[in-house]
Amino acid sequence: MKPNTQQLNDLTIQVRRDILRMVHAVNSGHPGGSLGCTEFLVALYQHLMDRKEGFDMNGSGEDLFFLSNGHISPVFYSVLARSGYFPVAELATFRLINSRLQGHPTTHEGLPGIRVASGSLGQGMSVAIGAALTKKLNGDNHIVYSLHGDGELQEGQIWEAAMYASAKKVDNYIATVDLNGKQIDGTTEEVLSLGDLRAKFEAFGWDVLEIKEGNNLEAIINGMTDAKSRTGKGKPVCVLLYTEMGNGVDFMMHTHAWHGKAPNDAQLESALAQNPETLGDY
Amino acid sequence: MKKYTNTGNKDTRSGFGAGLTELGQKNENVVALCADLIGSLKMDDFKKNHPERFFQIGIAEANMIGIAAGMTIGGKIPFTGTFANFSTGRVYDQIRQSVAYSDKNVKICASHAGLTLGEDGATHQILEDIGLMKMLPGMTVINTCDYNQTKAATLAIAEHHGPVYLRFGRPSVPNFTPENGTFEIGKAVVLNEGTDVTIIATGHLVWEALVAAEALEAKGISAEVINIHTIKPLDEEAILKSVAKTGCVVTAEEHNMLGGLGESVSRTLSLNNPAPQEYVAVKDSFGESGTPDQLMEKYQLNNQAIFAAAEKVITRK
Repeated sequence: MKPNTQQLNDLTIQVRRDILRMVHAVNSGHPGGSLGCTEFLVALYQHLMDRKEGFDMNGSGEDLFFLSNGHISPVFYSVLARSGYFPVAELATFRLINSRLQGHPTTHEGLPGIRVASGSLGQGMSVAIGAALTKKLNGDNHIVYSLHGDGELQEGQIWEAAMYASAKKVDNYIATVDLNGKQIDGTTEEVLSLGDLRAKFEAFGWDVLEIKEGNNLEAIINGMTDAKSRTGKGKPVCVLLYTEMGNGVDFMMHTHAWHGKAPNDAQLESALAQNPETLGDY
Repeated sequence: MKKYTNTGNKDTRSGFGAGLTELGQKNENVVALCADLIGSLKMDDFKKNHPERFFQIGIAEANMIGIAAGMTIGGKIPFTGTFANFSTGRVYDQIRQSVAYSDKNVKICASHAGLTLGEDGATHQILEDIGLMKMLPGMTVINTCDYNQTKAATLAIAEHHGPVYLRFGRPSVPNFTPENGTFEIGKAVVLNEGTDVTIIATGHLVWEALVAAEALEAKGISAEVINIHTIKPLDEEAILKSVAKTGCVVTAEEHNMLGGLGESVSRTLSLNNPAPQEYVAVKDSFGESGTPDQLMEKYQLNNQAIFAAAEKVITRK
């Protein structure tokens, strides 16, 4: 049974609370990009992906997701926990010593739901392509998803992978770019302009579609359903997802300041007040 | 001393190619990836026999390592092939995060290691790769000595779960280990027993160590020769047992003396049983163009150098 709209909305708000409380508790981590991708990951794990119960590293017979921009681990951990991969209470160990919830996601501590380490940027598209190739070899008709930051596209390996995916017709793969226009040092325009990303991916041979309202659950579900329908047609699919960094917390939006900064006590109180508890805090 | 017969010079990379061909028939989970060097890596047969399991990545080594890591998810055993330089230094962070830290079952197979790549020069002659790879937690590091052993190692690493760096070379060198011999990862091979000095060699220097041992014998010096094909995990027990008997050691490798086999042996000895050691290795420099023989002579990586090092280290006991 897929959750209804109300349930998805409730989960989205609860995930936002998790993100804020996790980064506040350890005074570190990346809330901005996490909040910007909350609706996307909730929609992906709760509505779009065909997932099996439990966790198996090989992921045969189910859709797979790879988070390439590993610094938005808070949203990833929260969505994984609230999708049943590990106890929600474990979110309280984020970034603490001896935790499975490392600063950036890793398989090293055996956290269910994670299939590769990420954090050093630019590597996730190659890994996702590899997993997609194995699915083809195994006759497994499921889809591989990945998420990338827009700033991450400045890494050269992304374009090696983008060239490969279209040349070799890796068409069971949907790569989504979190287009929030911001990175640590400023806007992507200021730091290193990405230019016309649609034209770039199309020139690389991808089928490109855009989700203009990347923080709207319905728009995400419609756009990603469209993306799914474009798989299996000889081209990899790229989704340009327009998001607002820090979405859902007024003072964290429209700025890159909260890319890698935790709120203080008063800021946390204000942020949580804007996102009243729905499913219960961890 | 024990006699070894060279059954004819062969390149170690062809041993890799032969092993991969056999794996293609034996293990349907083995897949091969190459970054535009199929001929150099001797991957032609695998490509011809199993086109669906062969992946031409193009000149994009970082992408190749990432794809290999991803392919393990679902049970494939990827063997990547390119030159040693492009297998390690160029893609260190990709190996570190996506393969080693993620504990992926990827076999990084690297040809044209060391000076014996020859005329292409220092841009292609990596002498730092053993160091780079052995520093990665969980990485197994293997440097084989001849065709037969490279083939055996290629077969063995498919049965081992976990990341492996398999290093071999370009030139034709004596082939003297048993045909279809077994290969035990992490197990030293004592090629000759001796009492005066231990010579620990890896890769192309193993045959040179045997030649040196014969010359030493003619001068009345009894040399124990150990082939360390697995640099990590290191067979410390075999090393300590030998040095306890001989009291001194020469290490020989086609690698920088910083970070190579010699330093691993030094660490083992210093922690357990300190003993005089001489290094036959490149003395912290880059290589250059030349024929393999000229380069091994100029950089003192041959049997004469091992002989001289053995004579010297005995005086330090």
